[in-house]
Amino acid sequence: MKLIRAFEERVDRLFVEGRIHGTTHLCIGQEAVPVGACAAIRPSDLASGSHRGHGLALAKGLRPDRLMAELLGRRDGYCQGKGGTQHVASFAHGFLGTNGITGGGIPIATGAALSAKLRGTGQVVLSFFGDGATNQGTFHESLNMAAIWRLPVIYVCENNLYAMSTPIREAVAIERLSARAAAYGMPGETLDGNDVLEVREAVARAVERARAGDGPTLLECLTYRHHGHSKSDQREYRTRAEEDCWLQLDPLLRSERRLMAQGELGAETLARLDGEVAAEIAAAVAFAEASPPLEAALATHGVYAE
Amino acid sequence: MPQVTFADAIRAALIEEMKRDERVILLGEDIALYGGAFRVTRDLVRHFGPQRVINTPISENSFVGVAVGAALTGMRPVVEMMFMDFIALAMDQIVNHAAKLHYMYGGQARVPLVIRAPAGAGRGYGPSHSQSLEAWFVHTPGLKVVAPSTPRDAHGLLKAAIRDDNPVLFVESKLLYGVKGEVPDPDEVVPIGRAAVVREGEDVTLLAYSRMTGLAIEAASRLEGEGLDCEVLDLRTLAPLDEETVVVSVAKTRRAVIVEEDTRRGGVGAELAAVIAERAFRHLDSPVVRVACADVPIPCSPALERAVLPSVEKVAAAVKSLI
Repeated sequence: MKLIRAFEERVDRLFVEGRIHGTTHLCIGQEAVPVGACAAIRPSDLASGSHRGHGLALAKGLRPDRLMAELLGRRDGYCQGKGGTQHVASFAHGFLGTNGITGGGIPIATGAALSAKLRGTGQVVLSFFGDGATNQGTFHESLNMAAIWRLPVIYVCENNLYAMSTPIREAVAIERLSARAAAYGMPGETLDGNDVLEVREAVARAVERARAGDGPTLLECLTYRHHGHSKSDQREYRTRAEEDCWLQLDPLLRSERRLMAQGELGAETLARLDGEVAAEIAAAVAFAEASPPLEAALATHGVYAE
Repeated sequence: MPQVTFADAIRAALIEEMKRDERVILLGEDIALYGGAFRVTRDLVRHFGPQRVINTPISENSFVGVAVGAALTGMRPVVEMMFMDFIALAMDQIVNHAAKLHYMYGGQARVPLVIRAPAGAGRGYGPSHSQSLEAWFVHTPGLKVVAPSTPRDAHGLLKAAIRDDNPVLFVESKLLYGVKGEVPDPDEVVPIGRAAVVREGEDVTLLAYSRMTGLAIEAASRLEGEGLDCEVLDLRTLAPLDEETVVVSVAKTRRAVIVEEDTRRGGVGAELAAVIAERAFRHLDSPVVRVACADVPIPCSPALERAVLPSVEKVAAAVKSLI
């Protein structure tokens, strides 16, 4: 979680300094969801993410330095700089990609689960998306297919309460997005998405069901993004008081407090961890900035697979 | 040599490829017991079972997405879009995902996916069941678009499409399904990206694909009686286009008539005319002419439908207007 937080804070700074081009969607405040979920699966399992996907990429095992190189559009990026923040994948890590189309990755994750089932690989697939995606047809169509075919897929909704600027209460007429699972005949559960252990346990239960051939699960993880939707967002649609309230529920703070209360984490260890993470992120930025820029000729190559 | 229908040639290619490669699976609406709306997949579920011939709910965008996800992870899905018109429901997964994943993930991803699309008018199905929408996909980098006109090419090109590591839109004219022809070699794989000169001639080149190739050949036969010697090119693949064969033929005949069933504005013919203008302009003796569907939704009534579609008479008249 600390690594993701530091990575995202550094990305934010690189934008402010004009060292990253384009856009970005930071997951600061939401780290417990991908970290808890990925702690409950095997490295051979698969995951696919949303446009806000750096945290999931890192939780799935991608290297911060190559991820940073992708954001900077450099040769050592995972996707040769062609994808960037919203289109980064690493198939070697079982990471099927972040996705710039809201809800676009949901059927693809579902198809990967169909493939895993047909090939008998025993893999499960985590399909990550935000609350906004649950109003896309792909969400409803995919959950339906996964349920009728009993596919090994776990739908992880990161409900951060806002689809860009639209509050979830204006976009759906129900209290809990997890209630939608019942319509498709699968279990649904709403979790404290800022509690990494609660996420891990719920995902572990869903993984167990999936591997046993009992089909998909929908998990709604309540969380909050500390920053705006993207770098241009002034956050006029929510109050500073609401933000302050959620800052008190910061998943990192809560984990630190819990570990300290249990005596498993001391101030000294915490300081050492912070130092290690800072060094890793500094090295990632140095690696990415040292990575050669891409030659223009690459732009017209690789449209078709040979 | 026995004659088989266009539909049975497609079905034979599916059977052969499914036997050859267990990663090939079929997905679509009513394709299992019912055999698909045009019965192209009839009995395949009995041969290969419901694990490989998968009936989907009516969810075009997401079942194409499911096929994309399966293709990314080691399967080779062939999706049947019941009518090509319904492909509009699946545009996001085809255009924003299937077509782009190989490029945007820097070459890591491969999407060996075939989408079979029964296309075209002439059966009185009306505006939402009669369109020829191939130009949308020709316009999308990363897709291949194939549109055969004979059972032999349908068979050989479908085998090539299934073995291709890229997403391929496979256009099947509904009116061709019952047309018979020879499929001489069950192992023949017709390469994607090559046009065929199906009739040689000196005076004008007729450029056609799918069902329009037959119209062009028929028009050429009629015009022969009037002393006109037409060359007919069957494009077979629309993307990537075999520009070389087009340019060589037009440079020889110095005249080109394009015959297409899609609507005229921004259609496949517009792209062909641009290629000819860019690469064969100095050889031309007359303007390039398009015989296309009128720019209207396809009407249902037979009299109205006939009025908007290309016909042998319209092709012949277009050729004569150039001479």
